[in-house]
Amino acid sequence: MSTQSIEITVNGDKGMSKKIYLDNAATTEVHPEVLEAMLPYLKDYYGNPSSIHGLAKYARDAREHARASVAELINAEPKEMYFTAGGTESDNWALKSVAFGNRSKGNHIVVSKIEHHAVMNTCDFLGKNGFDITYLDVDEFGRVNPEDVRKAIGPETILISIMYANNEIGTIEPICEIGKIAREHGILFHTDAVQAFGHVPIDVKAENIDLLSASGHKVYGPKGVGALYVRDGVKLEPLMHGGAQERGIRAGTENVPGIVGMGKAAEIAKRGMGRDIVKETELRDHMIHRLLTEVPFTKLNGHRFERLSGNVNIAFRFIEGESLLMLLNHKGIFVSTGSACASGSLDPSHVLLAIGLKHEVAHGSVRFTLSYKTTEGEVDEAVDAVKESVARLREMSPLYADHINNGINKKEV
Amino acid sequence: MYDGVYSEEVMDHFTNPRNVGEIENASGVGTVGNAKCGDIMRIFLDIDENHVIRDVKFKTFGCGAAVASSSMATEMVKGRTIDEALQITNKAVTKALGGLPQVKLHCSLLAEQAIHAALWDYAEKNGVAIEGLKKPKSDIGDHEDSE
Repeated sequence: MSTQSIEITVNGDKGMSKKIYLDNAATTEVHPEVLEAMLPYLKDYYGNPSSIHGLAKYARDAREHARASVAELINAEPKEMYFTAGGTESDNWALKSVAFGNRSKGNHIVVSKIEHHAVMNTCDFLGKNGFDITYLDVDEFGRVNPEDVRKAIGPETILISIMYANNEIGTIEPICEIGKIAREHGILFHTDAVQAFGHVPIDVKAENIDLLSASGHKVYGPKGVGALYVRDGVKLEPLMHGGAQERGIRAGTENVPGIVGMGKAAEIAKRGMGRDIVKETELRDHMIHRLLTEVPFTKLNGHRFERLSGNVNIAFRFIEGESLLMLLNHKGIFVSTGSACASGSLDPSHVLLAIGLKHEVAHGSVRFTLSYKTTEGEVDEAVDAVKESVARLREMSPLYADHINNGINKKEV
Repeated sequence: MYDGVYSEEVMDHFTNPRNVGEIENASGVGTVGNAKCGDIMRIFLDIDENHVIRDVKFKTFGCGAAVASSSMATEMVKGRTIDEALQITNKAVTKALGGLPQVKLHCSLLAEQAIHAALWDYAEKNGVAIEGLKKPKSDIGDHEDSE
Protein backbone atom coordinates (compact mmCIF):
# COMPACT_ATOMS: atom_id res chain seq x y z
CA MET A 1 0.00 0.00 0.00
CA SER A 2 1.39 3.38 -0.86
CA THR A 3 0.11 6.55 0.67
CA GLN A 4 0.66 9.86 -0.97
CA SER A 5 1.55 12.60 1.44
CA ILE A 6 -0.26 15.86 1.05
CA GLU A 7 1.85 18.93 0.66
CA ILE A 8 0.81 21.58 3.11
CA THR A 9 1.67 25.16 2.47
CA VAL A 10 2.61 27.32 5.42
CA ASN A 11 3.13 30.95 4.58
CA GLY A 12 4.06 30.16 1.03
CA ASP A 13 6.68 27.55 1.90
CA LYS A 14 5.87 24.28 0.19
CA GLY A 15 6.07 21.36 2.53
CA MET A 16 6.53 21.71 6.23
CA SER A 17 9.78 21.06 7.93
CA LYS A 18 7.98 20.82 11.23
CA LYS A 19 4.55 20.97 12.67
CA ILE A 20 3.37 20.87 16.24
CA TYR A 21 -0.33 20.15 16.24
CA LEU A 22 -2.01 21.47 19.39
CA ASP A 23 -5.55 21.68 18.08
CA ASN A 24 -6.78 18.22 19.00
CA ALA A 25 -10.08 19.55 20.37
CA ALA A 26 -10.86 20.68 16.81
CA THR A 27 -10.02 17.32 15.32
CA THR A 28 -7.49 14.54 15.69
CA GLU A 29 -5.22 12.57 13.45
CA VAL A 30 -6.76 9.21 12.54
CA HIS A 31 -5.03 6.47 14.52
CA PRO A 32 -3.07 4.10 12.23
CA GLU A 33 -5.02 1.10 13.55
CA VAL A 34 -8.26 2.92 12.78
CA LEU A 35 -7.24 3.57 9.20
CA GLU A 36 -6.16 -0.03 8.82
CA ALA A 37 -9.49 -1.28 10.16
CA MET A 38 -11.45 0.97 7.80
CA LEU A 39 -9.68 0.22 4.53
CA PRO A 40 -11.22 -3.21 3.85
CA TYR A 41 -14.69 -1.64 4.07
CA LEU A 42 -13.79 0.87 1.39
CA LYS A 43 -12.11 -1.70 -0.85
CA ASP A 44 -13.27 -5.28 -0.49
CA TYR A 45 -16.32 -5.31 1.79
CA TYR A 46 -18.19 -2.43 0.24
CA GLY A 47 -21.59 -4.10 0.39
CA ASN A 48 -24.65 -2.24 1.61
CA PRO A 49 -25.62 -3.68 5.00
CA SER A 50 -29.27 -3.65 3.92
CA SER A 51 -28.64 -5.99 0.98
CA ILE A 52 -29.48 -9.66 1.27
CA HIS A 53 -26.46 -11.21 -0.48
CA GLY A 54 -23.19 -12.41 0.94
CA LEU A 55 -21.19 -9.20 0.63
CA ALA A 56 -23.65 -7.36 2.83
CA LYS A 57 -23.05 -9.70 5.73
CA TYR A 58 -19.46 -8.49 6.18
CA ALA A 59 -20.68 -4.92 6.41
CA ARG A 60 -23.45 -5.83 8.86
CA ASP A 61 -21.10 -7.82 11.07
CA ALA A 62 -18.55 -5.02 11.08
CA ARG A 63 -21.23 -2.47 11.93
CA GLU A 64 -22.48 -4.54 14.85
CA HIS A 65 -18.97 -5.18 16.10
CA ALA A 66 -18.37 -1.42 16.06
CA ARG A 67 -21.66 -0.79 17.83
CA ALA A 68 -20.62 -3.12 20.63
CA SER A 69 -17.23 -1.40 20.96
CA VAL A 70 -18.75 2.07 21.14
CA ALA A 71 -21.37 0.90 23.65
CA GLU A 72 -18.78 -0.80 25.83
CA LEU A 73 -16.73 2.37 26.16
CA ILE A 74 -19.60 4.11 27.98
CA ASN A 75 -21.11 1.04 29.66
CA ALA A 76 -24.16 1.03 27.38
CA GLU A 77 -25.85 -1.88 25.63
CA PRO A 78 -25.21 -2.23 21.89
CA LYS A 79 -28.93 -1.87 21.18
CA GLU A 80 -28.83 1.54 22.85
CA MET A 81 -26.29 2.94 20.36
CA TYR A 82 -27.28 4.60 17.08
CA PHE A 83 -24.76 5.73 14.51
CA THR A 84 -25.07 9.22 13.05
CA ALA A 85 -23.06 11.52 10.83
CA GLY A 86 -21.37 13.19 13.80
CA GLY A 87 -21.76 15.04 17.06
CA THR A 88 -23.84 17.83 15.57
CA GLU A 89 -26.42 15.42 14.19
CA SER A 90 -26.52 13.55 17.50
CA ASP A 91 -27.18 16.79 19.40
CA ASN A 92 -29.84 17.92 16.93
CA TRP A 93 -31.53 14.55 17.00
CA ALA A 94 -31.59 14.27 20.78
CA LEU A 95 -32.85 17.79 21.44
CA LYS A 96 -35.39 18.11 18.64
CA SER A 97 -36.82 14.64 19.05
CA VAL A 98 -37.17 14.88 22.80
CA ALA A 99 -38.63 18.38 22.52
CA PHE A 100 -41.21 17.69 19.84
CA GLY A 101 -41.91 14.19 21.13
CA ASN A 102 -42.75 15.45 24.60
CA ARG A 103 -44.53 18.63 23.60
CA SER A 104 -47.74 17.44 25.26
CA LYS A 105 -45.92 17.05 28.59
CA GLY A 106 -44.20 20.41 28.60
CA ASN A 107 -42.09 22.92 26.72
CA HIS A 108 -39.23 23.74 29.06
CA ILE A 109 -35.60 22.78 28.41
CA VAL A 110 -32.62 23.45 30.69
CA VAL A 111 -29.12 23.89 29.21
CA SER A 112 -25.96 25.75 30.25
CA LYS A 113 -24.59 28.97 28.82
CA ILE A 114 -21.45 27.23 27.60
CA GLU A 115 -22.93 24.52 25.38
CA HIS A 116 -21.47 23.90 21.94
CA HIS A 117 -23.14 25.68 19.04
CA ALA A 118 -24.73 22.37 18.01
CA VAL A 119 -26.80 22.58 21.20
CA MET A 120 -27.01 26.38 21.42
CA ASN A 121 -28.32 26.92 17.93
CA THR A 122 -30.68 23.96 18.19
CA CYS A 123 -32.06 25.60 21.33
CA ASP A 124 -32.43 28.90 19.45
CA PHE A 125 -34.45 27.01 16.87
CA LEU A 126 -36.58 25.33 19.54
CA GLY A 127 -37.05 28.69 21.26
CA LYS A 128 -38.53 30.05 18.04
CA ASN A 129 -40.83 27.05 17.91
CA GLY A 130 -42.60 27.49 21.19
CA PHE A 131 -40.09 26.04 23.63
CA ASP A 132 -38.89 27.85 26.70
CA ILE A 133 -35.12 27.50 27.20
CA THR A 134 -33.31 28.19 30.48
CA TYR A 135 -29.61 28.92 29.99
CA LEU A 136 -27.86 28.24 33.28
CA ASP A 137 -24.93 30.37 34.41
CA VAL A 138 -21.62 28.72 35.12
CA ASP A 139 -19.05 29.75 37.72
CA GLU A 140 -15.73 31.42 36.90
CA PHE A 141 -14.25 27.99 36.11
CA GLY A 142 -17.05 27.03 33.78
CA ARG A 143 -18.83 24.64 36.15
CA VAL A 144 -22.59 24.28 36.28
CA ASN A 145 -23.90 24.15 39.83
CA PRO A 146 -26.17 21.07 40.09
CA GLU A 147 -28.37 22.96 42.55
CA ASP A 148 -29.05 25.51 39.83
CA VAL A 149 -30.28 22.66 37.66
CA ARG A 150 -32.60 21.53 40.45
CA LYS A 151 -33.94 25.05 40.93
CA ALA A 152 -34.53 25.50 37.21
CA ILE A 153 -36.79 22.45 37.01
CA GLY A 154 -40.48 23.26 36.76
CA PRO A 155 -43.68 21.44 35.89
CA GLU A 156 -43.10 22.08 32.18
CA THR A 157 -39.50 20.79 32.12
CA ILE A 158 -39.02 17.93 29.66
CA LEU A 159 -35.26 17.89 29.05
CA ILE A 160 -31.98 18.81 30.70
CA SER A 161 -28.94 18.99 28.40
CA ILE A 162 -25.55 19.76 29.92
CA MET A 163 -22.30 19.04 28.12
CA TYR A 164 -19.93 16.49 29.61
CA ALA A 165 -16.82 18.59 29.03
CA ASN A 166 -16.40 21.97 27.41
CA ASN A 167 -14.64 22.14 24.07
CA GLU A 168 -12.95 25.50 24.68
CA ILE A 169 -11.90 25.60 28.31
CA GLY A 170 -11.88 21.86 28.97
CA THR A 171 -13.97 22.04 32.14
CA ILE A 172 -15.62 18.75 33.08
CA GLU A 173 -19.17 19.20 34.36
CA PRO A 174 -20.67 17.45 37.42
CA ILE A 175 -22.60 15.04 35.20
CA CYS A 176 -23.18 12.42 37.87
CA GLU A 177 -24.91 14.90 40.20
CA ILE A 178 -26.95 16.44 37.41
CA GLY A 179 -27.98 12.98 36.18
CA LYS A 180 -29.15 12.08 39.67
CA ILE A 181 -31.27 15.23 39.92
CA ALA A 182 -32.80 14.63 36.48
CA ARG A 183 -33.65 11.04 37.32
CA GLU A 184 -35.20 12.02 40.66
CA HIS A 185 -37.49 14.39 38.80
CA GLY A 186 -38.19 11.95 35.98
CA ILE A 187 -36.78 14.35 33.41
CA LEU A 188 -34.72 13.15 30.46
CA PHE A 189 -31.04 14.02 30.67
CA HIS A 190 -28.91 14.48 27.54
CA THR A 191 -25.19 15.21 27.55
CA ASP A 192 -23.07 16.39 24.64
CA ALA A 193 -20.01 14.22 25.32
CA VAL A 194 -18.22 14.96 22.07
CA GLN A 195 -15.10 16.19 23.89
CA ALA A 196 -15.27 13.59 26.64
CA PHE A 197 -16.00 10.39 24.73
CA GLY A 198 -12.82 8.32 24.75
CA HIS A 199 -10.99 10.91 26.85
CA VAL A 200 -12.85 10.61 30.16
CA PRO A 201 -14.27 7.40 31.69
CA ILE A 202 -18.04 7.54 31.15
CA ASP A 203 -20.65 5.22 32.63
CA VAL A 204 -24.12 6.06 31.35
CA LYS A 205 -25.78 3.74 33.86
CA ALA A 206 -23.99 4.98 36.96
CA GLU A 207 -24.33 8.60 35.85
CA ASN A 208 -28.06 8.36 35.00
CA ILE A 209 -27.55 9.57 31.45
CA ASP A 210 -30.53 9.05 29.12
CA LEU A 211 -29.01 10.39 25.91
CA LEU A 212 -25.38 11.01 25.00
CA SER A 213 -23.79 12.47 21.86
CA ALA A 214 -20.39 11.28 20.69
CA SER A 215 -18.19 11.92 17.68
CA GLY A 216 -15.56 9.82 15.96
CA HIS A 217 -13.01 12.38 14.87
CA LYS A 218 -12.29 13.87 18.28
CA VAL A 219 -10.92 10.55 19.43
CA TYR A 220 -8.61 9.51 16.59
CA GLY A 221 -11.45 8.18 14.46
CA PRO A 222 -12.64 9.49 11.10
CA LYS A 223 -14.77 12.56 10.44
CA GLY A 224 -18.39 12.18 9.38
CA VAL A 225 -19.40 9.60 11.95
CA GLY A 226 -20.86 9.93 15.40
CA ALA A 227 -23.22 8.15 17.72
CA LEU A 228 -26.19 8.83 19.92
CA TYR A 229 -26.77 6.70 22.98
CA VAL A 230 -30.47 6.38 23.77
CA ARG A 231 -31.24 4.59 27.01
CA ASP A 232 -33.41 1.53 26.55
CA GLY A 233 -36.98 2.62 27.13
CA VAL A 234 -36.55 6.17 25.86
CA LYS A 235 -38.62 6.62 22.73
CA LEU A 236 -37.06 8.73 20.03
CA GLU A 237 -38.59 9.95 16.78
CA PRO A 238 -36.30 9.99 13.76
CA LEU A 239 -34.58 13.18 12.67
CA MET A 240 -33.72 11.63 9.31
CA HIS A 241 -36.67 9.96 7.63
CA GLY A 242 -36.16 7.28 5.01
CA GLY A 243 -35.13 3.66 5.06
CA ALA A 244 -35.26 1.29 7.98
CA GLN A 245 -31.63 1.59 9.03
CA GLU A 246 -30.66 1.81 12.70
CA ARG A 247 -33.82 0.07 13.83
CA GLY A 248 -35.93 2.39 11.80
CA ILE A 249 -35.05 5.65 13.51
CA ARG A 250 -31.99 6.88 11.62
CA ALA A 251 -32.44 6.45 7.90
CA GLY A 252 -29.69 6.44 5.30
CA THR A 253 -27.21 3.83 4.13
CA GLU A 254 -24.68 3.39 6.88
CA ASN A 255 -21.25 4.94 6.62
CA VAL A 256 -19.73 1.51 7.21
CA PRO A 257 -16.04 2.48 6.93
CA GLY A 258 -16.66 5.42 9.25
CA ILE A 259 -18.61 3.28 11.71
CA VAL A 260 -15.84 0.67 11.68
CA GLY A 261 -13.32 3.45 12.30
CA MET A 262 -15.27 4.86 15.21
CA GLY A 263 -15.60 1.36 16.67
CA LYS A 264 -11.87 0.79 16.42
CA ALA A 265 -11.22 4.21 17.95
CA ALA A 266 -13.46 3.24 20.87
CA GLU A 267 -11.56 -0.03 21.34
CA ILE A 268 -8.25 1.82 21.35
CA ALA A 269 -9.64 4.34 23.86
CA LYS A 270 -10.90 1.55 26.10
CA ARG A 271 -7.44 0.03 26.04
CA GLY A 272 -5.31 3.15 26.35
CA MET A 273 -7.41 5.87 27.96
CA GLY A 274 -5.99 5.43 31.44
CA ARG A 275 -2.43 5.66 30.22
CA ASP A 276 -3.20 8.60 27.92
CA ILE A 277 -4.93 10.55 30.69
CA VAL A 278 -1.92 10.19 32.98
CA LYS A 279 0.54 11.20 30.28
CA GLU A 280 -1.53 14.10 28.95
CA THR A 281 -2.33 15.43 32.40
CA GLU A 282 1.36 15.57 33.21
CA LEU A 283 2.14 17.41 29.98
CA ARG A 284 -0.88 19.68 30.39
CA ASP A 285 0.15 20.69 33.89
CA HIS A 286 3.73 21.22 32.76
CA MET A 287 2.52 23.50 29.97
CA ILE A 288 0.12 25.41 32.23
CA HIS A 289 2.85 25.86 34.84
CA ARG A 290 5.39 27.12 32.34
CA LEU A 291 2.97 29.52 30.62
CA LEU A 292 1.65 30.98 33.88
CA THR A 293 5.08 31.38 35.46
CA GLU A 294 7.14 32.38 32.44
CA VAL A 295 4.72 34.66 30.61
CA PRO A 296 3.56 37.63 32.70
CA PHE A 297 -0.07 38.78 32.76
CA THR A 298 -1.60 35.39 32.00
CA LYS A 299 -4.53 33.51 33.44
CA LEU A 300 -5.75 29.95 33.08
CA ASN A 301 -9.25 29.71 31.66
CA GLY A 302 -11.33 26.82 32.96
CA HIS A 303 -11.04 24.63 36.02
CA ARG A 304 -7.61 23.76 37.36
CA PHE A 305 -8.40 20.08 38.09
CA GLU A 306 -11.87 19.24 36.74
CA ARG A 307 -10.41 19.55 33.30
CA LEU A 308 -9.86 17.46 30.17
CA SER A 309 -6.38 15.98 30.27
CA GLY A 310 -5.43 17.53 26.95
CA ASN A 311 -6.77 21.06 27.38
CA VAL A 312 -4.75 24.21 28.09
CA ASN A 313 -6.55 27.53 27.62
CA ILE A 314 -4.71 30.70 28.54
CA ALA A 315 -5.72 34.35 28.48
CA PHE A 316 -2.74 36.50 27.48
CA ARG A 317 -3.56 40.07 28.43
CA PHE A 318 -2.86 43.03 26.14
CA ILE A 319 -2.71 40.95 22.97
CA GLU A 320 -5.26 39.60 20.55
CA GLY A 321 -5.55 35.88 19.94
CA GLU A 322 -5.64 35.77 16.17
CA SER A 323 -2.33 37.57 15.86
CA LEU A 324 -0.74 35.16 18.34
CA LEU A 325 -2.24 32.26 16.43
CA MET A 326 -0.74 33.63 13.20
CA LEU A 327 2.73 34.04 14.65
CA LEU A 328 2.59 30.48 16.00
CA ASN A 329 1.26 29.26 12.66
CA HIS A 330 4.29 30.85 11.05
CA LYS A 331 6.45 28.65 13.26
CA GLY A 332 4.44 25.54 12.38
CA ILE A 333 2.55 25.45 15.66
CA PHE A 334 -1.19 25.00 15.24
CA VAL A 335 -3.54 26.26 17.95
CA SER A 336 -6.97 27.86 18.25
CA THR A 337 -8.41 31.05 19.73
CA GLY A 338 -11.67 32.28 21.22
CA SER A 339 -11.10 35.72 19.78
CA ALA A 340 -13.88 37.13 17.63
CA CYS A 341 -11.32 38.15 15.05
CA ALA A 342 -10.68 34.54 14.17
CA SER A 343 -14.32 33.69 13.70
CA GLY A 344 -15.46 36.78 11.86
CA SER A 345 -18.07 37.70 14.44
CA LEU A 346 -17.94 40.80 16.58
CA ASP A 347 -18.05 39.05 19.94
CA PRO A 348 -15.51 36.69 21.41
CA SER A 349 -16.53 33.18 22.42
CA HIS A 350 -19.74 32.87 24.44
CA VAL A 351 -17.92 30.42 26.71
CA LEU A 352 -15.20 32.90 27.68
CA LEU A 353 -17.79 35.61 28.30
CA ALA A 354 -19.89 33.17 30.37
CA ILE A 355 -16.97 32.54 32.74
CA GLY A 356 -16.78 36.27 33.28
CA LEU A 357 -13.84 37.32 31.12
CA LYS A 358 -13.89 40.90 29.93
CA HIS A 359 -14.06 41.22 26.17
CA GLU A 360 -10.45 42.33 25.76
CA VAL A 361 -9.20 39.42 27.89
CA ALA A 362 -11.36 36.95 26.00
CA HIS A 363 -9.87 38.29 22.75
CA GLY A 364 -6.42 37.30 24.01
CA SER A 365 -7.33 33.72 24.89
CA VAL A 366 -5.66 30.84 23.09
CA ARG A 367 -6.40 27.12 23.33
CA PHE A 368 -3.74 24.42 23.11
CA THR A 369 -5.08 20.86 22.99
CA LEU A 370 -2.80 17.85 23.30
CA SER A 371 -3.06 14.29 22.01
CA TYR A 372 -1.64 10.96 23.12
CA LYS A 373 1.21 11.64 20.70
CA THR A 374 2.20 15.06 22.03
CA THR A 375 5.70 15.07 23.51
CA GLU A 376 7.32 17.16 26.20
CA GLY A 377 9.72 18.48 23.58
CA GLU A 378 6.79 19.74 21.52
CA VAL A 379 5.17 21.37 24.53
CA ASP A 380 8.43 23.08 25.47
CA GLU A 381 8.98 24.28 21.95
CA ALA A 382 5.45 25.64 21.81
CA VAL A 383 5.85 27.42 25.14
CA ASP A 384 9.12 28.99 23.98
CA ALA A 385 7.43 30.15 20.78
CA VAL A 386 4.48 31.56 22.75
CA LYS A 387 6.83 33.49 25.06
CA GLU A 388 8.65 35.03 22.13
CA SER A 389 5.46 35.79 20.18
CA VAL A 390 3.57 37.26 23.13
CA ALA A 391 6.53 39.52 23.94
CA ARG A 392 6.64 40.65 20.34
CA LEU A 393 2.92 41.42 20.21
CA ARG A 394 3.04 43.25 23.53
CA GLU A 395 5.85 45.43 22.20
CA MET A 396 3.35 46.39 19.53
CA SER A 397 0.36 46.74 21.86
CA PRO A 398 -0.89 50.16 22.97
CA LEU A 399 -2.74 48.43 25.83
CA TYR A 400 0.52 47.00 27.13
CA ALA A 401 2.25 50.36 26.78
CA ASP A 402 -0.54 52.03 28.76
CA HIS A 403 -0.36 49.36 31.40
CA ILE A 404 3.38 49.74 31.83
CA ASN A 405 3.21 53.54 31.78
CA ASN A 406 0.20 53.97 34.03
CA GLY A 407 0.58 51.07 36.40
CA ILE A 408 -2.58 49.09 36.80
CA ASN A 409 -5.10 50.50 34.42
CA LYS A 410 -8.41 50.91 36.15
CA LYS A 411 -10.25 49.55 33.17
CA GLU A 412 -8.49 46.21 33.28
CA VAL A 413 -9.19 43.12 35.32
CA MET B 1 -8.08 30.71 8.12
CA TYR B 2 -4.81 32.44 7.41
CA ASP B 3 -3.06 30.66 4.61
CA GLY B 4 -4.87 31.56 1.47
CA VAL B 5 -7.27 33.91 3.23
CA TYR B 6 -4.88 36.77 3.77
CA SER B 7 -2.97 38.08 0.78
CA GLU B 8 0.81 37.90 0.58
CA GLU B 9 0.98 41.63 1.30
CA VAL B 10 -1.05 41.21 4.48
CA MET B 11 1.11 38.32 5.62
CA ASP B 12 4.24 40.33 4.83
CA HIS B 13 3.08 43.41 6.72
CA PHE B 14 1.89 41.25 9.61
CA THR B 15 5.09 39.24 9.98
CA ASN B 16 7.39 42.21 9.27
CA PRO B 17 5.40 45.24 10.32
CA ARG B 18 6.89 48.62 9.34
CA ASN B 19 7.05 51.60 11.67
CA VAL B 20 6.20 49.85 14.92
CA GLY B 21 6.92 51.97 17.95
CA GLU B 22 6.30 55.36 19.47
CA ILE B 23 7.56 58.89 18.81
CA GLU B 24 8.52 60.92 21.84
CA ASN B 25 7.03 64.39 21.82
CA ALA B 26 5.09 63.52 18.69
CA SER B 27 3.40 66.31 16.74
CA GLY B 28 0.17 64.36 16.93
CA VAL B 29 -1.06 61.13 18.51
CA GLY B 30 -4.33 59.42 17.68
CA THR B 31 -5.88 56.36 19.30
CA VAL B 32 -8.97 54.71 17.89
CA GLY B 33 -10.82 51.48 18.33
CA ASN B 34 -12.22 49.58 21.19
CA ALA B 35 -10.66 46.74 23.15
CA LYS B 36 -14.10 45.23 23.50
CA CYS B 37 -14.14 44.63 19.78
CA GLY B 38 -10.56 43.48 19.76
CA ASP B 39 -8.87 46.36 17.91
CA ILE B 40 -7.02 49.41 19.18
CA MET B 41 -4.72 51.42 16.97
CA ARG B 42 -2.46 54.30 18.03
CA ILE B 43 -0.58 56.40 15.51
CA PHE B 44 2.24 58.87 16.27
CA LEU B 45 3.10 61.57 13.73
CA ASP B 46 6.17 63.75 13.48
CA ILE B 47 5.20 66.68 11.27
CA ASP B 48 7.68 69.37 10.14
CA GLU B 49 7.11 73.09 9.61
CA ASN B 50 6.12 72.47 5.97
CA HIS B 51 3.29 70.19 7.06
CA VAL B 52 5.18 67.14 5.84
CA ILE B 53 4.91 63.92 7.81
CA ARG B 54 8.58 63.32 8.54
CA ASP B 55 8.07 60.18 10.59
CA VAL B 56 5.24 57.96 11.70
CA LYS B 57 4.99 55.09 14.17
CA PHE B 58 2.19 52.87 15.35
CA LYS B 59 1.14 50.53 18.11
CA THR B 60 -1.76 48.16 17.53
CA PHE B 61 -3.70 45.67 19.60
CA GLY B 62 -5.58 43.51 17.16
CA CYS B 63 -5.69 40.73 14.64
CA GLY B 64 -3.38 40.13 11.69
CA ALA B 65 -5.39 42.42 9.44
CA ALA B 66 -5.31 45.22 12.01
CA VAL B 67 -1.52 45.01 12.33
CA ALA B 68 -1.05 44.83 8.55
CA SER B 69 -3.43 47.76 7.98
CA SER B 70 -1.53 49.88 10.51
CA SER B 71 1.77 48.99 8.92
CA MET B 72 0.56 49.72 5.40
CA ALA B 73 -1.17 52.98 6.37
CA THR B 74 1.96 54.29 8.08
CA GLU B 75 4.01 53.46 4.99
CA MET B 76 1.51 55.30 2.83
CA VAL B 77 1.54 58.56 4.82
CA LYS B 78 5.26 58.69 5.51
CA GLY B 79 6.88 61.61 3.66
CA ARG B 80 3.50 62.94 2.53
CA THR B 81 2.00 66.32 3.30
CA ILE B 82 -0.97 66.53 5.61
CA ASP B 83 -3.29 67.16 2.68
CA GLU B 84 -1.92 64.14 0.84
CA ALA B 85 -2.26 62.00 3.96
CA LEU B 86 -5.88 63.01 4.29
CA GLN B 87 -6.58 61.61 0.85
CA ILE B 88 -5.46 58.15 1.89
CA THR B 89 -8.65 56.22 2.51
CA ASN B 90 -9.36 52.83 3.95
CA LYS B 91 -10.08 51.67 0.42
CA ALA B 92 -6.58 52.68 -0.64
CA VAL B 93 -5.09 50.84 2.33
CA THR B 94 -7.15 47.75 1.51
CA LYS B 95 -6.11 47.92 -2.12
CA ALA B 96 -2.44 48.29 -1.22
CA LEU B 97 -2.76 45.22 0.96
CA GLY B 98 -4.04 43.21 -1.96
CA GLY B 99 -7.50 43.11 -0.43
CA LEU B 100 -8.87 42.02 2.93
CA PRO B 101 -11.52 39.45 3.82
CA GLN B 102 -14.96 41.06 4.12
CA VAL B 103 -15.05 40.62 7.90
CA LYS B 104 -11.70 42.39 8.20
CA LEU B 105 -12.49 45.52 6.20
CA HIS B 106 -13.12 47.47 9.39
CA CYS B 107 -9.41 47.09 10.19
CA SER B 108 -8.47 49.29 7.25
CA LEU B 109 -11.09 51.81 8.33
CA LEU B 110 -9.49 51.83 11.75
CA ALA B 111 -6.15 52.72 10.12
CA GLU B 112 -7.72 55.65 8.27
CA GLN B 113 -9.40 56.80 11.47
CA ALA B 114 -6.16 56.54 13.45
CA ILE B 115 -4.32 58.77 10.95
CA HIS B 116 -7.15 61.29 11.08
CA ALA B 117 -7.19 61.21 14.87
CA ALA B 118 -3.44 61.89 15.00
CA LEU B 119 -3.83 64.76 12.52
CA TRP B 120 -6.69 66.17 14.60
CA ASP B 121 -4.47 66.04 17.67
CA TYR B 122 -1.74 67.86 15.75
CA ALA B 123 -4.19 70.50 14.55
CA GLU B 124 -5.53 71.06 18.07
CA LYS B 125 -2.07 71.25 19.63
CA ASN B 126 -0.84 73.74 17.06
CA GLY B 127 -4.02 75.72 16.62
CA VAL B 128 -4.17 75.04 12.89
CA ALA B 129 -7.20 74.17 10.86
CA ILE B 130 -6.92 71.25 8.48
CA GLU B 131 -9.44 71.52 5.73
CA GLY B 132 -11.60 68.44 5.31
CA LEU B 133 -10.62 66.92 8.64
CA LYS B 134 -13.46 66.01 10.93
CA LYS B 135 -13.21 65.36 14.62
CA PRO B 136 -12.50 61.66 14.88
CA LYS B 137 -14.72 59.25 16.71
CA SER B 138 -12.96 57.62 19.57
CA ASP B 139 -14.93 54.45 19.11
CA ILE B 140 -15.80 52.89 15.81
CA GLY B 141 -16.73 49.61 17.40
CA ASP B 142 -20.37 49.87 16.48
CA HIS B 143 -19.70 50.53 12.85
CA GLU B 144 -19.88 47.94 10.17
CA ASP B 145 -17.47 47.73 7.29
CA SER B 146 -17.30 50.94 5.34
CA GLU B 147 -17.52 50.73 1.63
